[in-house]
Amino acid sequence: MFSLGDLYKEVIIDHTKAPRNFGKLEPCSHDAEGFNPLCGDQLHVYLEINKDNIIEDVKFEGQGCSISTASASLMTQVLKGKSVDEFNALFGAFHDMATADMNDEPDEEVLGKLAVLAGVKEFPSRIKCATLCWHTVKSAIEDAGEPAKTE
Amino acid sequence: MNIDNIRNDFPTLHQEVFGHPLVYLDNAATTQKPQCVIDTIKHYYEKDNSNIHRGVHSLSERATKNYEAARETIRSFFNAKSTKEVIFTRGTTESINLVASSWGNQNIGKDDEILISHMEHHSNIVPWQMLCERTGAKLKIIPMNEAGELDLNAYTALLSVRTKLVGIVHMSNALGTINPIEGMIKQAHEVGAKVLIDGAQAAAHIETDIQALNIDFYATSAHKMYGPTGVGVLIAKEELLNVMPPYQGGGDMILMVTFEKTQYNELPHKFEAGTPNIAGVIGFGAALKYIQDIGFTAIKKREKKLLDYATKKAQAFEGLRQIGTAKHKACVLSFVLDGVHPHDLGTILDREGVAIRAGHHCAMPVMQFYKVPATARASFSIYNTEAEVDALFEALAKARDMFA
Repeated sequence: MFSLGDLYKEVIIDHTKAPRNFGKLEPCSHDAEGFNPLCGDQLHVYLEINKDNIIEDVKFEGQGCSISTASASLMTQVLKGKSVDEFNALFGAFHDMATADMNDEPDEEVLGKLAVLAGVKEFPSRIKCATLCWHTVKSAIEDAGEPAKTE
Repeated sequence: MNIDNIRNDFPTLHQEVFGHPLVYLDNAATTQKPQCVIDTIKHYYEKDNSNIHRGVHSLSERATKNYEAARETIRSFFNAKSTKEVIFTRGTTESINLVASSWGNQNIGKDDEILISHMEHHSNIVPWQMLCERTGAKLKIIPMNEAGELDLNAYTALLSVRTKLVGIVHMSNALGTINPIEGMIKQAHEVGAKVLIDGAQAAAHIETDIQALNIDFYATSAHKMYGPTGVGVLIAKEELLNVMPPYQGGGDMILMVTFEKTQYNELPHKFEAGTPNIAGVIGFGAALKYIQDIGFTAIKKREKKLLDYATKKAQAFEGLRQIGTAKHKACVLSFVLDGVHPHDLGTILDREGVAIRAGHHCAMPVMQFYKVPATARASFSIYNTEAEVDALFEALAKARDMFA
């Protein structure tokens, strides 16, 4: 049985208490808001994407639980310097990890330190917390104009 | 009232969650169901399953008899004047929508005002917003104070001849506040307004006498009263229902249909289109009989003791801030804990077997008022015990330690 410790690893608690890249990025080339209507989590991500489609900088603001805050914090660390294509690949890998079977090991080669969030797959009600920031970045890049939702 | 006997009536309570005995403290979302309600529904499907009101065979006659007997149980429980005033719906939300659509479309114009309170849940906000959008009427909000009590002076000031409807929750699901509806109804009637009481949260905890309170429209749900989900009731004054147009068309709501004209059925059938939730209605009746057997005197005494016990523990718990501290409240302990988001609390407590609600409780304006994104909410019922309150606070201490 997965224990609470599998979800609330030390790294997650650390990022909850001191989220990295927290704040507003001004000016920025892309931004979007994300909501999780079920629990009231709110997120705003800011991206600076250069003409070569490289994410030069990324920041986030918002209110949310420890899983959504830590996930956004870790995501911003990983995304800096990555191309938009690489983001899309990571988005898919992260989504797969969060919704995988219990016995599937996360692909640490692709996911790197994001694999620390693999525990959410055993907490179905928390998967949306972890994926909200990824949906929000996707909507910023696609310039959807509508807030991202996890519904 | 013997708590062990009561607990034995509820099969769901006797199970383990992650190796801990279940501590179910999410009763404001939905209550557990006693064996008598489960048996009643089972009996209907095993022995009486049949459509009502038109079958000429025995099963249909039995089903119809039991369905209409439940209507009488509900009439008597809330002391409505007649079973004609008892309309079955899918729940509180549909009951309010019925009033907003049927009565609202007929009676609300662009200079009119609808008054609701700051502590309403979305079901008693959105249908009125939609009505205002359709008609150009104004929605006005009765403010509340920090304790979560309505500002009655402001209410008096807001009332005017333009007020056509006042919609208030009897007991707040997010705060536990019990509103002084008796005086509020009198005041509304003095300016000629009708009153809708949202009884979803209160109905299982405090008695509501619809005639004594002179309530025009009353909405509630079975599933918060130990009954099944998907069924509820609108109780409204016969003279209002008589002139209201039907809400939905088809099924039992007609007397005669030609392609030129439909003659509507009489009350209460006029508002019960289609095949209703027959088993649900019969189960609803059984649930109310269960509550009547225990009696509100015993229920209120027991639940008050439990809430007092939990409130004392909450006040002594470091870093805990209660949301909703009204003088008159029942059964709800809503709170935030320093450094731990309510959603994380929900998960951590669940692993200790303690089921609470974390979120905005479909009352986002309440959250905005307290400037919190969400709260954790423990809500109690007749079957909860002091030992379960202890388990809640032990689990909360664990959560606090994890994030310390």
